[in-house]
Amino acid sequence: MQPFTYMRPTTAPDAVSAFASAGADARYIAGGTTLYDLMKLNIEQPRHLIDITAIAGLDKIETDGDRLRFEALAPMSAVATNDVIIRDYPVLAEALSKAASQQLRNMARVGGNLLQRTRCMYFRNGADGVYPCNKREPGSGCAALRGLDRGQAVFGTSDACTAVSPGDFPVALVAMDAQLEILGPAGSRTLPIGDLYRLPADTPHLEFTLAPGEMITAIVVPKTAAGRGSTYHKIRDRESYAFALASAAVALEMDGDQVSRAHIALGGVATKPWRAPEAELKLAGQRLTPEVALDAGRAAFSGASPGKYNGFKVELGARTVADALLIAAERSRS
Amino acid sequence: MTGSDDMPEDGKADTDNRTARSGFFTLSRRSALEGGAAIAAAAIFADASSPAKTATAAQSAPLPVASDQALTISATINGQPVAAEIDARTSLLDLLRERLALTGAKKGCDHGQCGACTVHVDGRRVASCLTLAAKIEGREVLTIEGLSDGAALHPMQQAFIDHDALQCGYCTPGQIMAAVACVAEGNATSKERIREYMSGNICRCGAYVGIVAAIEDAASKMERG
Repeated sequence: MQPFTYMRPTTAPDAVSAFASAGADARYIAGGTTLYDLMKLNIEQPRHLIDITAIAGLDKIETDGDRLRFEALAPMSAVATNDVIIRDYPVLAEALSKAASQQLRNMARVGGNLLQRTRCMYFRNGADGVYPCNKREPGSGCAALRGLDRGQAVFGTSDACTAVSPGDFPVALVAMDAQLEILGPAGSRTLPIGDLYRLPADTPHLEFTLAPGEMITAIVVPKTAAGRGSTYHKIRDRESYAFALASAAVALEMDGDQVSRAHIALGGVATKPWRAPEAELKLAGQRLTPEVALDAGRAAFSGASPGKYNGFKVELGARTVADALLIAAERSRS
Repeated sequence: MTGSDDMPEDGKADTDNRTARSGFFTLSRRSALEGGAAIAAAAIFADASSPAKTATAAQSAPLPVASDQALTISATINGQPVAAEIDARTSLLDLLRERLALTGAKKGCDHGQCGACTVHVDGRRVASCLTLAAKIEGREVLTIEGLSDGAALHPMQQAFIDHDALQCGYCTPGQIMAAVACVAEGNATSKERIREYMSGNICRCGAYVGIVAAIEDAASKMERG
C-alpha cells in the first residue's frame, strides 16, 4: 500500500479546505470499507486521506416534516434500524439491511455508500494482477468483455466496460427520487441522485459527477404515500451477505387495486442504479395481477443487452421485478 | 488471553511433560505460540497498575515510519489505556496482533469478507481489518481477550464449548465477538434472524449448526443477566 498522510478535520468546511490544500491525490474517507479495501489492492492510491468522521453533527437522521434527511455520516446500520424508516419506507431499510454484514454496516456511512466501487472481479484483480481493466487503468482494455461475464451488467454497458454498479441503497434512492446535498470548494449545491452516476461509455474510470473536493453531506428523500407500499427485493447466489444478481426497488401508490403510480429501479444488472420508466408507464392505471406484474418486469428488461454468460439476468430480473411488485402491493393494502 | 493460572511460569513444565512422553525434546508450534502470547500478555497486564507504561511495555518494536506518515493514537483496549505511534496505513487488526500481541482476532481475508477479525469499537462490532487504526483515537476497543471476567468465561464462550460450535477454531474469536454483539443488538431472537445477522462470519469447517445453537443458548443466559 502506498504511504499517505492522514488528516482528521472537525468541520465540513475545514475538510474541504484540507482537500484543496492537499491537491489531486487527496481522498475523503469515512467508514473506509471500500476505499481502504481497494488501497490494500493498490487499486486506490491516495497520497492524502482526509478522515471526515470526526466532523461533529453530520450523522443526524431526520424523519419529521415532508422529507427524510440522512446526513452523510449516519452509519448504514443506524438508518436501517430507524423505526420510522422500517415502518414507512421499507424499501430504504431493506436496501440497507440486505447489504453487507452487520460489521460493515456499522462502519460504512450512508454518504460513502453511494460511492461504493464495482465488485467486477477483473477490476478487483488489482493493480498487480494480470487482467486489463479500463476502469482501473484507462485504455488498457476490458477482460470481462470476452471473459467470465456472468456477473456483468446488461444495461448501460459500453465497449470499454460492463462492470455492475454494486450498491443496493443507491437503487432504492433512485426509485424514491432522492436529492443529494453536496459541499465543495465552490460552495454547496443539490443534485438528483440519478445525476451522481455516469455511464461508462469510453471513460469507465470516471464513475461519479462530483468535482474534486466535493463531498456528499446529506441525502434527502421526499415523503410519499408510496413509501409504505415499497420493498427492496434482492436475489443473490446465497441467501445473505452477497451482492445482487438482480434486485428491484419498488414503491407503489395504489388506488384500490389499481396502480396510480409506480416507482421501479433495478440493481445488480446495470452499470449505474437503473430506473425502469418503461415498466412504470406500463403499470399506470392497471389492476396489479401476477400477469400484469410479470409483463411489467419483462418491459423493464426489454432494452437489456446481455453478454455470453449473463443472459439469465434478463429473465431473473423480470421475475424479481414482478415479485417485488406483488410484495409492494400487499404492503400498500395493510 | 491465556492467564497465568494455566501457563507454566516459563514454559518449562510443558516442555518437561513432552520430554517425558516422547523421550526427546519437542516444542510444538502451538506451545511456542502460547509461550509467546503468554509473555506478551504478561507484559500488558503486569503493568496494568501503571497505565503510562502499559503500551510501551506491550508493543513490539515497530518498523521505521516516515515522520509525515506517522501518527500517535490513544485508545482504550480491553479496559487498558494504550498509546502508540503508528504508520497511517496500519489496520486495527495489525495494531492488535503485531504491536500489542493480542492475537485473538484473526486475519482471514483481510478484506472485510470473512469476519474472523471482528472486534467491538465503542460497543459495536466492526471488521478490524478494514478499520484504520487511526480511527480508534479516543475510542474503546474490546477484543476476545477482554471478554471473559478473569477466569470466568463469558456465557457466549461457554456456549461455544457446550455446543461444539467449532472445529479448527480459527473463525471462533470473530464468531464469538459477532455473536455477543448480535445478542446485544436484539438480533438473536430466532434461528433465522441469527443466521441472517451472523452471515458476515464465515466458518469453513461448517460448524454453523453448533454456532446457531450456541448463540440461542447464550442469548437466553445473557438476557437473564
